Amino acid sequence: MSKHLKVEVKNGKIKEAINFFLIELLKKNLVSALLVPRELPSKDNVVQSLVSQPDELKNADVFAPVLPVNSARIISEMTRLGSGKASVGAILRSCEIRALIELVKLKQASLDNLLIIGIDCPGTYSVKDYKALCQQGIYPEDELFKNLKKGMEDVRIREACKVCEYPVPSNSDLTFGFLGVDFEKNIFFQANTSKGEKILDRFSYLEFDGLKIREEFIFKYLKQKIKKRDELFALTQKEVKGWENLISFFSACINCHNCMKVCPVCYCRECFFESACFEFNGDKYLNWAKKKGSIKMPKDTALFHLGRMAHMATSCVGCGACEEACPNNIPLLKVFKTVAHNVQEIFQYVPGKKLQEPLPLTTFKEDELQRVGED
Amino acid sequence: MKVKEPKIVAFLCNWCSYAGADLAGVSRIQYPPNIRVIRVPCSSRVNPLFILKALQEGVDGVLVAGCHPGDCHYISGNYLARRKFTIFKNLLDYLGIEKDRVHFTWISAAEGARFAEIVKEVTERVKKLGPVKRLVKNRSA
Repeated sequence: MSKHLKVEVKNGKIKEAINFFLIELLKKNLVSALLVPRELPSKDNVVQSLVSQPDELKNADVFAPVLPVNSARIISEMTRLGSGKASVGAILRSCEIRALIELVKLKQASLDNLLIIGIDCPGTYSVKDYKALCQQGIYPEDELFKNLKKGMEDVRIREACKVCEYPVPSNSDLTFGFLGVDFEKNIFFQANTSKGEKILDRFSYLEFDGLKIREEFIFKYLKQKIKKRDELFALTQKEVKGWENLISFFSACINCHNCMKVCPVCYCRECFFESACFEFNGDKYLNWAKKKGSIKMPKDTALFHLGRMAHMATSCVGCGACEEACPNNIPLLKVFKTVAHNVQEIFQYVPGKKLQEPLPLTTFKEDELQRVGED
Repeated sequence: MKVKEPKIVAFLCNWCSYAGADLAGVSRIQYPPNIRVIRVPCSSRVNPLFILKALQEGVDGVLVAGCHPGDCHYISGNYLARRKFTIFKNLLDYLGIEKDRVHFTWISAAEGARFAEIVKEVTERVKKLGPVKRLVKNRSA
């Protein structure tokens, strides 16, 4: 069940072709509102907005290569207490959709009345770099397409994106694609579900014929990414191996819990690490300092990260929002992603891949892991 | 110099392993006095954080014991615990913390002898590793 169409790009303006489609979606009343990233008035960042009036979409910028927030969190905020009655379209990257699927499994979001429009994502800049580029008068989106055309990757994109093995969205109703497509002439729309098909039926686009070229391109592209990813895994393992290395890795942590707050899959409404279990009186601290000679303050930072890791490793989608949010620039992603990869491999679980697949820690097989408890 | 006796925290499930320990006591089976027992309702009650915190606070080893697979008082608690500990063990291994510090095992209420056997074995293995000092005391931890 899929439909492939091509959308003409006039004068190389990809953004306008997409925005025209989005405006039509609202005008034809196919969705009642759209969640899209829009350019800020300062033109140096984007912000997610829920738009219901077509003329408010003028400054929509869906391909802006920056991820100020993992929008799975926003969808969760909108749907956790029940979806609205009218349908909403959301334009999401692969990491956002995968996180959203995990949140649905964790009963923190709902896909009812939601039209997921996925976009290809060859990588994003950090908010800081995005801003800097804009201020230099370079338009990051052009930079991205320029590099893509040359078959190169910008060294400035985020580490998370450099090693991301999911540039193409899965589980979306509609996909806007440009990887492996001659995007200066046209881009590629694909309907993956009947919901998406019904929408594309209302438009008179031509059939897309470069599917094979696209698939070949993506195959090669993924190979490179996975190679890079495995290199990162090996390096990271060396860097944090051993308790002392681990402690020093997290030693700049100031316990602000930003990483937890922006993490799309860290779902607890009340965090254990913010509970009274971690509040002590002065004597307690003095005792610890006496016993150990010295203690790092604030206390329990490594414990926080390890606890979060043990808790989230099965659902981590590797979006890198954690390290973006860290005020002290701790490169959290590589550790989380490596640990998550190892753990997910044990259960052959890919977070965000399949809605029907239960979370590894909510299910079991009687005849698995026989060796546990025997050695 | 005398070897320092290790301290081991044992999380025992109320329905099987704790009863197993009880049986060992009633049957007057000897086992090393190194363990400190904490009774938990089920092995799946043990949050990996408990183990991390214990190690951080200076215990030398941790033992978690529950009912044998299939015998859980809550039907499936130990199956879930098994998955949880697989993840946790993997994490510890990845982080380079010695495997023998943390043990996970099954002891039924009828296995007093097995309980003593396991405590003996765990104590020996932890003793071999030496005190947990480097987990707690260093530059900035």
